[in-house]
Amino acid sequence: MTAPMISQADGYNFAYLDEQTKRMIRRSILKAVAVPGHQVPFGSREMPLPYGWGTGGIQVTAALLGTDDVLKVIDQGADDTTNAVSIRRFFARTAGIATTTRTAEATIIQTRHRIPETPLRADQIIVYQVPQPEPLSGLESSRTETSRMHGLADYGLMHVKLYEDITRYGHVSISYDYPVMVGGRYLMAPSPIPAFDNPKMDRMAALQLFGAGREKRIYAVPPYTEVRSLDFDDHPFRASRAPHTCNLCGADDSYLDEVVTDDKGGRMFVCSDTDHCEERRDGR
Amino acid sequence: MADETLLSARGLTLHFGAIPALVDVDADLWPGEVLAVVGESGSGKSTLLNVLAGRMAPDAGAVWYRDPIGALHDVHAMPAPALRTLHRSDWGFVHQNPRENLRMAVTAGGNVGERLMARGSRHYGDIRAEAISWLRQVEIDAGRVDDFPRTFSGGMLQRLQIARTLVTHPRLVFMDEPTGGLDVSVQARLLDLIRTLVRRLGIAAVLVTHDLAVARLLAHRIMVMQRGRVVESGLTDRVLDDPKHEYTQLLVSSVLSA
Ligand SMILES: Nc1ncnc2c1ncn2[C@@H]1O[C@H](COP(=O)(O)OP(=O)(O)OP(=O)(O)O)[C@@H](O)[C@H]1O
Ligand SMILES: [Mg+2]
Repeated sequence: MTAPMISQADGYNFAYLDEQTKRMIRRSILKAVAVPGHQVPFGSREMPLPYGWGTGGIQVTAALLGTDDVLKVIDQGADDTTNAVSIRRFFARTAGIATTTRTAEATIIQTRHRIPETPLRADQIIVYQVPQPEPLSGLESSRTETSRMHGLADYGLMHVKLYEDITRYGHVSISYDYPVMVGGRYLMAPSPIPAFDNPKMDRMAALQLFGAGREKRIYAVPPYTEVRSLDFDDHPFRASRAPHTCNLCGADDSYLDEVVTDDKGGRMFVCSDTDHCEERRDGR
Repeated sequence: MADETLLSARGLTLHFGAIPALVDVDADLWPGEVLAVVGESGSGKSTLLNVLAGRMAPDAGAVWYRDPIGALHDVHAMPAPALRTLHRSDWGFVHQNPRENLRMAVTAGGNVGERLMARGSRHYGDIRAEAISWLRQVEIDAGRVDDFPRTFSGGMLQRLQIARTLVTHPRLVFMDEPTGGLDVSVQARLLDLIRTLVRRLGIAAVLVTHDLAVARLLAHRIMVMQRGRVVESGLTDRVLDDPKHEYTQLLVSSVLSA
């Protein structure tokens, strides 16, 4: 590449970040891909959004975007929430790239809280926004100690947590950010996606990248890598969902949200993945 | 009796600034044997224990451990992962204060099961059954398996720590004043328990104590330390009945006159 590309919005470099910062992030991404599930530190930059709004994911996306990319942004499964709309608009303005709400049309999908129901392909990349990259953070507060645990693959403590859950509740009570082992080596936080989505990560054809802005960490699951949810032989992991069908499209296999329909306590279940739901309805 | 030592140390020396915590200390431990390290406060007992266990590096000297297939390992030259693996399988460490070792926010069963899980056990029912069996062996009611350690008495906490340590059947256990800070009657019961378990499982142990009665009850051999040096060592009965060094004589007579 010769001169930096200047986009529609004057004064910004392509995709907001300067080229040097993007190169630094790409180096961290490459390291992360080389050591699946391992958290790689990176020099997280100030972004025009507060932490907690996906600044880690945004920086990863900014480093990946090329002029031909088509970006989809989801928040809680939906493309039309404030956060998703503003991130999509941000890149449309600063990079002049095309955006979409269609999973199948996107080349890069930035997400918070969900993995699309439509299986991802090898020519797609999914970028997760991560608030807390350290799966052991709730159990061990010392960073030095958690890095040592990762270094030595010493994950007995995580199983103690699962043991305690089964003892107390009869089952593992973690329903979001359910810990996984990547490639049989690193314990990883999949970000606050429902445990229901965990199996989608296993041997996914698409590259999976995780960006934590506040904690300044990037990690990755390369295509077709084994991702196993932790469990016990006699208490196997189960991807649970509400035992209902979607009130809009009738799906009985998608992840559902319960929504309030009126002020008299009326409720219904609908697909959390709005694009998936619309496609099913259009297809009928 | 095997003629090859399980653990051997030669020339251990360690200074904290000007304080000589260890001076040219040699030690040998044979399989299945209990070695007591005695001496007054500040004589270097805990320092020796920590250096033997690879938890603290000496300024000079070496510690060798013979693994189950007979290979010797220089404890302080071992890669960290190998040492950590030793500590969670073949070895155990019992602290004076059980709270340093136990997880107070985890149930008794989880505390006992942790080493099993760290070693790769992945069957909840088996782990729980093993934890219950170990609670029984340390004389804690099986009905307490789901209780938190904070509801346990001092003596029970120490027994829980012992169960948590012995659950993987270590060959070698390091103990630092395991009965320290407990009531006399509670101490006696705990000592009895430790003696029974160590004998039954054939565990070798290095036991630090300043209490000669504890050494007499549990140890085959004894090392007497003073200001970082080993001033006398030998079979427990020989050393305590017929002390050669004047410092040992002083220790023994102070017990007798008490
Ligand atoms: N981390 C440390 N820093 C500085 N000095 C230390 C440290 N640890 C021990 N020492 C000193 O080294 C000497 C030996 O201490 P050590 O704890 O081994 O004694 P001890 O025989 O176990 O005593 P006690 O019976 O009181 O537990 C003491 O003078 C102690 O003050
Ligand atoms: Mg001490």
